[in-house]
Amino acid sequence: MVRYDGKTVVSLNVNNETHEVAARPSDLLLDVLREQLGLTAAKPGCKNGDCGACTVMVDGWPAKSCLMLAVEAQGHAIVTVEGLGGTAAVQKAFVEANAFQCGYCTSGFLMVCQALKTQHPAMPEEYVIEEWLQSNLCRCTGYQEIRKAVHMMYDMT
Amino acid sequence: MIPFDFIYCRPDSLKEASDVYIQLRNEGKTAVYYAGGSEIITMCRSGSIRPDAVIDIKNIPECTVLKIDAQKLHIGAACTLNQIKESKFFPLLGLACGRIADHTNQCRISLGGNLCGTIIYRETSLPLMLSDADITLYGPEGQRTVPFLAVFNGRMQLKAGEFAVQVHIPDWALEARCAHIKRTANEKIDYPLVNVTALWKDGFMRAAFCGICSHPFRSGQIEAVLNDRSLSCDVRAEKVLGLLPEPPYGDVEGSGKYRAFILRNTLSSLLEDAENGKI
Repeated sequence: MVRYDGKTVVSLNVNNETHEVAARPSDLLLDVLREQLGLTAAKPGCKNGDCGACTVMVDGWPAKSCLMLAVEAQGHAIVTVEGLGGTAAVQKAFVEANAFQCGYCTSGFLMVCQALKTQHPAMPEEYVIEEWLQSNLCRCTGYQEIRKAVHMMYDMT
Repeated sequence: MIPFDFIYCRPDSLKEASDVYIQLRNEGKTAVYYAGGSEIITMCRSGSIRPDAVIDIKNIPECTVLKIDAQKLHIGAACTLNQIKESKFFPLLGLACGRIADHTNQCRISLGGNLCGTIIYRETSLPLMLSDADITLYGPEGQRTVPFLAVFNGRMQLKAGEFAVQVHIPDWALEARCAHIKRTANEKIDYPLVNVTALWKDGFMRAAFCGICSHPFRSGQIEAVLNDRSLSCDVRAEKVLGLLPEPPYGDVEGSGKYRAFILRNTLSSLLEDAENGKI
């Protein structure tokens, strides 16, 4: 049985690199990514699991990093926007489709779309795209462009 | 950020989980069982709970089972709502899972967390109340498997230190005629104003509800009315309002009066659709 009591060294696999961080058991993955690893793409928004700005991929599935303990993430493959490298199809598609306005929600949307592509390599039905996108909020209401970007992402690959 | 520290335990077996609970209790510490963690993290962050320890059950093999054998579907308490939905084993439960929170959160929220949490709707309980499901629990007094309804009375009636391990659903229910209607105030993703879930067995309509009252429920009296074909659909729906176990629940999402109005209309349409063969 694993038991962590007090600050512990946690090994995290983030963007295919292993990082060791000192974390309290109650530290959230979002805070550890941003404050200890300097990976600031995952954004603190509501910090309540509602807005999706902090979405990362965990083992290929989307996860809101504000609702996950860092200690839980050990042994799992975490991907943040930094891990997409800047040239992923989803990133190109978002640029092509102008799928952002203020940009605060963008990294969360990128990760949920990347996870969608991971789980559904071929274009899924429209209701599936809608279902996945509903996990994230864009206060600038750029939803149509984001949806267009999802289609472009599939067209590019 | 969670503004306090807690101990994190991840046991590998049911006994280890129970033993560490007892050990923590003997040390004077409060512990909560943890699977998806979304509700616990939210409540810790807001300060409404302050456990000394969390016991993560996701590494216990019995808690992650999702399989059919011996004429039953077995679902571990740590299975996520998305796993249950995507398995397509029990479509009615899949519908319920697919309407709780959003898709990303469905990939985290566990069946056990939805059943045992403090959020009053506990929408996954409705299909279980209707399907003669059993539930396996484990705690300091050992393991027990009991009818779900024996330990669920609007909320889980667990003994101290006990946690949900698995639910078991008989195969007749998996493919039975069913309906799941969730009405919300504005957005598709929201808590229910009214959730009506129905399952038919031998032509008899079973129904369970949440949102309309402060806890989920199933009522024999209501089912008798719903199945009384001597009455019109509208009359049956109206009569149900007089048989609720408590006055309709009201909050910022909708007043009790509004919820009752929604329930009456929802039931009337459901009964008409059922009688016209649309379900």
